[in-house]
Amino acid sequence: MKLTGAKILMEVLKDEGVDTIFGFPGGAVIDIYDELARTDIRHVLVRHEQGAVHAADGYARAGSRVGVCLVTSGPGATNTVTGIASAYLDSIPIVVFTGQVPTQLIGNDAFQEVDIVGITRPCTKHNFLVQRTEDLGRVVKEAFFIARSGRPGPVLVDLPKNVMNTATDFKMPGEVSLRSYNPTYNPNAKQLKRVVDLIIEADRPMIFAGGGVILSKGSKELTEFARKIQAPVTTSLMGLGAFPGSDPLWLGMIGMHGTYQANLCTGQCDLMVSIGVRFDDRVTGKTDTFASQAKIVHIDIDPTSIRKNVPVTIPVVGDCKSALEHLNTLLDETDLGNLKKKRKPWLDQIVEWKSTTPLDYKQDDQTIKPQYVVEKLFEVSKGEAIITTEVGQNQMWAAQYYHFEKPNHFITSGGLGCMGFGLPAAIGAQAACPDRLVVDIAGDGSLQMNIQEMTTAVQHGLPVKVVLLNNGYLGMVRQWQELFYDRRYSSTCLDCAPDFVKLAEAYGAVGLRAERPEDVVPVLKEGLFSPHMVIMDFRVTKEESVYPMVPAGAPITEMLLV
Amino acid sequence: MKEEKHVLSLLVDNEPGVLSRIAGLFSGRGYNIESLCVAETMEAGVSRVTIVTKANEPLVEQIKKQLNKLVNVIKVHELTGNAFVNREMLLIKVFAKPEHRAEILRIVDIFRCKVVDVGKEHYTIEVTGDEGKMAAILSLLKPIGIKEIARTGAIALFREPK
Ligand SMILES: Cc1ncc(C[n+]2csc(CCOP(=O)(O)OP(=O)(O)O)c2C)c(N)n1
Ligand SMILES: [Mg+2]
Repeated sequence: MKLTGAKILMEVLKDEGVDTIFGFPGGAVIDIYDELARTDIRHVLVRHEQGAVHAADGYARAGSRVGVCLVTSGPGATNTVTGIASAYLDSIPIVVFTGQVPTQLIGNDAFQEVDIVGITRPCTKHNFLVQRTEDLGRVVKEAFFIARSGRPGPVLVDLPKNVMNTATDFKMPGEVSLRSYNPTYNPNAKQLKRVVDLIIEADRPMIFAGGGVILSKGSKELTEFARKIQAPVTTSLMGLGAFPGSDPLWLGMIGMHGTYQANLCTGQCDLMVSIGVRFDDRVTGKTDTFASQAKIVHIDIDPTSIRKNVPVTIPVVGDCKSALEHLNTLLDETDLGNLKKKRKPWLDQIVEWKSTTPLDYKQDDQTIKPQYVVEKLFEVSKGEAIITTEVGQNQMWAAQYYHFEKPNHFITSGGLGCMGFGLPAAIGAQAACPDRLVVDIAGDGSLQMNIQEMTTAVQHGLPVKVVLLNNGYLGMVRQWQELFYDRRYSSTCLDCAPDFVKLAEAYGAVGLRAERPEDVVPVLKEGLFSPHMVIMDFRVTKEESVYPMVPAGAPITEMLLV
Repeated sequence: MKEEKHVLSLLVDNEPGVLSRIAGLFSGRGYNIESLCVAETMEAGVSRVTIVTKANEPLVEQIKKQLNKLVNVIKVHELTGNAFVNREMLLIKVFAKPEHRAEILRIVDIFRCKVVDVGKEHYTIEVTGDEGKMAAILSLLKPIGIKEIARTGAIALFREPK
């Protein structure tokens, strides 16, 4: 039977198990939208294409699935670029379908023509321009395969209009195999043996885990591994939740705003087992002094991450989860001696660091401290919310004060640090997990970058909650200006701002406000359990800063403290 | 660490955009390209790309890994450090005034290259060989006067066991 390209696309999407698409229509994709309306696939109509991509990102992370977007050619396509770049840097599996002008017009500067494949080449894992309807099924299959396998990432598929409305014979393509693309899943057993030897030798080991552990679904194995070898664990921002925040071995986050004990450990440890990380400069600070006493083991599925930024003693290329499983089995077969005793001085030292210099702030009875809001949010939500964040101080306080127990509960734009991420990502997460509490911890600057998505949430009955830490500033930039530019607050004051409560109401959502410390818990209790979308506007101390802080480029052990 | 020349030989899917992925990788990450040659191989759908780059040891490792990561790249070989044959082609247009013609032809003879076009005042000479040979003939012809040159960049293959 002959099917049009648009119909073929629907067939393959169904075959891939796609149940939700985030998108926005236009002329180049009108045939696809016509077919889409005849399927059971839910279409979440966003109000800006950037929102569609962040929503697909949130959907992918909260639901451990591939997120899908559909947008039109030209401006629809260019509006996706920021979202794609964010997903690329965080290795999130999404497939973005863009409309394109008919093949015979490509290259003619046709109306709403852009070379989106060219534009997104450096920020996608891979991308395709489909030239013939006959290729469509295979290409879409390959796009999903590439997005989710190996180190995941965004894949863009550009769909010329004539390819979509031409009919051809269609048979569902079988399993995808690409001879030029073969991620290494199974780690080398010899290397893992060497890792175990190093663990036995080490006096002061630590584990540094990242988003790769969450992507490979290896949190359980990581926890088992850490307990077996009695090593303290830190994670990158992207790794939060990979290890339970309540475990005594938990150090807190590493990096520029990492905890005192996590950052000091990097300077003192003699072995760092790093898993699913990429040694971003926000983690390492000055690289020549990073973990300078340690042998470094680096386990990652992407060989380019290994030895890119720091020298490594033992590289292990492979899937984090399988590597951890292998290591756990090897450790079970090995006599580790009395580890508890051997580790005692090291773990005691860490306990001391934790108790002398914990994360700290002082809540007085006048103005609300942003950290206090996050702490109370953690309590009122019993630590079970799926948290998305915007970017800036709000993001760091979320990371520091919401103690993540489980993976896939912290959704943030880590690599790109993209303001405007949190609200649409929350909408995507809520679409993936309709029965869960989904909260966007927001800043007043960032929230305004994709505020239009409130309509999306209201229209589609996705009752996300926004906890707005409203400090009247582009707070993180203000903090840098305070610390490194003699408090010259150039263009960071947001004293002209909308009334977020009225704004919420105007969008058909609920708006609540807290101005005094005693309002915080009641507002949270009312807002979090509402069946509607809610903005909770917490008027917090204007000039609060995030500590600890390591100035950019300084050694990670040299922290500015409160 | 010392920067050295490395010859990389890639097999890639012969698809639109592949060259731009490779070139974009080099420019986006600030890697150096000395030369780059692409052409089809005997196998349908597969092209060979030969890249000469200058990098220190850890960087060339990273370059190879990054190239391998591109979905359309089938295989990456480094030839440097192994036995390989390496050739490029050079076309040289020299000013050939009557009083210089004999000397030019003598040089052509010594280097075993060919005159492929003869104009009123110019000869165009075709040279193939490795980089050293190119440099040598250029230095000999320079005093006579070179109008322009075109060079292919290196292509290379592993040597087989004798
Ligand atoms: C799209 C984008 N533009 C600019 C920045 C630079 N930037 C980083 S944090 C920040 C301030 C964010 O302000 P706000 O959302 O109010 O958060 P706060 O730091 O006050 O919590 C800015 C401007 C960015 N990360 N993303
Ligand atoms: Mg702010």
